[in-house]
Amino acid sequence: MAQPFVLEATGISKAFGPVRALDGVNFSLRKGEVHALMGENGAGKSTLMNIFDGILRADKGEIRLDGRPVEIVSPQRAQELGIGLVHQEIALCPDVSVAENISMAATNRRRNLLMNYGEVRRRARQVLASLAHDIDPEALVGTLSISEQQIVEIAKALSLDCSILILDEPTAALTGREAAKLFEIMASLKARGISIVYISHRMAEIFANCDRITVLRDGRYICTENVAETGPEEIVRRMVGRHMGDLYPPKNPGSASAPIVLATEALGDGERFADVTMELRQGEILGIAGLIGAGRTETALGICGLNPLKSGRVLLDGRDVTPKSYSDSIANGIVYLSEDRKGAGVFVDLPIDQNVSALDLARISKLGGLLSRTKEQAQAGKLGASLNLKCGSLSDPVSTLSGGNQQKVAIAKMLSVKPKVIVLDEPTRGVDVGAKAEIHRILRDLANAGTGIIAISSELPELIGLCDRVAVIHEGRMVGEVSGENLTEEHIMHLASGLAGERKAHGHHE
Amino acid sequence: MATMSDKKLDVSLSSEPRWISWGSVGNMRELGLILIIAALSIAMSFASPYFLTWNNFRAMLMSFSVEGIVVVGMTILLIVGAIDLSVGSVVCFAMVVGGYLFLAGVDPWIACLVGIGASGLVGAVMALCVTRIGLHSFIVSLAAMVIVRGLCLAITGGTPLSLFSLPPSFKFIGQGNIYGLPVVIIIFAVVVLIFDFLLRRATVFRKVFYTGSNEKAATYSGIRTDRVKFWCIVLCSTLSGVAGVIYMARFGAATPTFGVGMELNVIAAAVIGGASLKGGSGTILGAILGMALLSVVSSSLILLDVSVYWQDAIRGMILLAAVALDHLLHSRKRTRTEKPAKG
Repeated sequence: MAQPFVLEATGISKAFGPVRALDGVNFSLRKGEVHALMGENGAGKSTLMNIFDGILRADKGEIRLDGRPVEIVSPQRAQELGIGLVHQEIALCPDVSVAENISMAATNRRRNLLMNYGEVRRRARQVLASLAHDIDPEALVGTLSISEQQIVEIAKALSLDCSILILDEPTAALTGREAAKLFEIMASLKARGISIVYISHRMAEIFANCDRITVLRDGRYICTENVAETGPEEIVRRMVGRHMGDLYPPKNPGSASAPIVLATEALGDGERFADVTMELRQGEILGIAGLIGAGRTETALGICGLNPLKSGRVLLDGRDVTPKSYSDSIANGIVYLSEDRKGAGVFVDLPIDQNVSALDLARISKLGGLLSRTKEQAQAGKLGASLNLKCGSLSDPVSTLSGGNQQKVAIAKMLSVKPKVIVLDEPTRGVDVGAKAEIHRILRDLANAGTGIIAISSELPELIGLCDRVAVIHEGRMVGEVSGENLTEEHIMHLASGLAGERKAHGHHE
Repeated sequence: MATMSDKKLDVSLSSEPRWISWGSVGNMRELGLILIIAALSIAMSFASPYFLTWNNFRAMLMSFSVEGIVVVGMTILLIVGAIDLSVGSVVCFAMVVGGYLFLAGVDPWIACLVGIGASGLVGAVMALCVTRIGLHSFIVSLAAMVIVRGLCLAITGGTPLSLFSLPPSFKFIGQGNIYGLPVVIIIFAVVVLIFDFLLRRATVFRKVFYTGSNEKAATYSGIRTDRVKFWCIVLCSTLSGVAGVIYMARFGAATPTFGVGMELNVIAAAVIGGASLKGGSGTILGAILGMALLSVVSSSLILLDVSVYWQDAIRGMILLAAVALDHLLHSRKRTRTEKPAKG
């Protein structure tokens, strides 16, 4: 590790009004290293990265690149200095080609009147060649999968000859296999001498792929450690500033023999999933694993009546409740929490209490159709308190809350109808470590109180830590389930990748 | 849930007075509009002694009362995230259909009900195009604006229908007074009060806010957003029809070119009053105050002898200024609350 520093930031401070987002933060990056930046949401990671990318200006502090002090006044300046930032949320134009997206910044810089499409394509091909051969530069970005779009984002950054690449939670939307591919790409970039700042909440990834870790907490610099010399528990402790105890709540082994709450029989939508048969037992958290595109979300939407079913039945306590619409399903007590919190989970511009009551307005109304503000506030207040929701006032819009608290509002919305079964799609996506543990505990408490829980997650450690049993979907079909001793990443991946599915399917038929 | 251990009661319950919790931002805007209107009126009273008289006040109220009924429909439509450019034509359509039937010998009350029904039908057709085919309401209503105007011209042959023979009992809606208060203003006030109340308190209208705020999240809350949108579009057209019939009674005529450009005034009023073109926000009271502001400005311009040719330009600039100011205040507020919220 005798490589020189390419980037050194010292004493970086930044305030938004009265809030100190960063307070004297130090960060250094060596040539050709992968440096993880960790901290809970709100710790200041994104603010620091936005300062490196020229989107924000620091109030105080110095940034040196290759030993020379620099002023990064704009994202354009950052590009010129060789700093590329890949945002957490994909910011590509879906309706134009991969090649044009990659050249967007270069096109912006050019003074020519007309586009040189030949050059645009050539550049794109050149950059993509080193990353992924299977992406067609002519394809429209909107037709690519999320992981492919992520690679296009990286290609876009690399096309500007950057020597420092910042990746802000790139794997949040990726499955294990797609993430593995990203890590291969990162390794090859590293071999080319490119330094990478890597922001993620996923411990396993960081310990497998990074060289050093810097931890921020509440806008302050906490420590920088060599990955080889520390461990996940230690890092979590540094991030939250206290001992987390066990990361996951204790499981409920008794649920294996408990009565069945929800069952699906040969569920299919004629397109994305078929023959899905599973059982959820009382007090159990059932996980659903699978690669992105395997049909996990579609299956969940089918169970809840949000996507039309072609075949099969849904049974609740042995009663046929196969839904025709989501309102049917809500009436039966089966609710769905979307993976896309801002897009479909909450109404960000509406007040917290109005979000909580959205599923069933009859609960907060009187005289057959008039809303009762008192009831509405009381309902939101009660559920909010039970979920430890932190907010100023229940009349504040949801947009004023942190990711974790927004998710709690979404969960409160589900709970408002006193559901029998909750299907959660990526319940902790984009939620910081502390809130994540809290949500896990909430789910376990709900299960213990008798609510059936089905949780879909792309994070295998989460499924393993949280669930009593995990069912695996591959290409729209159930290929098996794992529990107890067998509940390991290897077993799940084996099933999810379809290797075991073939054998099992044959076994069934013969 | 009862098993949860540490309950930090960080949630503030409804300790604040109820009228504030009804969305303090909205109330602030309404208060702001009232202040602006008051300030303008006081300033104008120095320029013209006639301005702050009951007669001028009543004239202004009269001038926007009927249009105000259309504004109610438009505001609801904007809240659900749609728009209707055809309102001017639909107002005229109700007038022309009602007038035509009356001249054909139909009882005026039945004729005007058919007129309102015809307007609602126009709305239903537009709504089907939006919810079934999936077209944008802007395009659908743009087409409807032209088509319906064409129908009005075709029905009347391009010349105004003279309805002087309307019975006095019918004309009373548009021309009568009750205790010195024009019936038109009373109808307007009733419509505004009813819909303002319903929009704030009825569960049905809460679904309008959910749908407009985030259609997908509304779908994922079990709300049939297509139905909500359908009925909002039909409601807006029907209210336009009601306005058309009142105009018919008031003018005693059905002019096939009546209401050209009305949509712009109506949308402007709703937007000044706080309705967002992105959907999810807006109040009836705000929209009516927006309408009142436009009306006060128009009245002032006339009393100040500003050339007619300049009046439109000035009104347009006021619209732009109001919306821009609001947007700037809003986005400042948002960045201020959002950034540190995560900290």
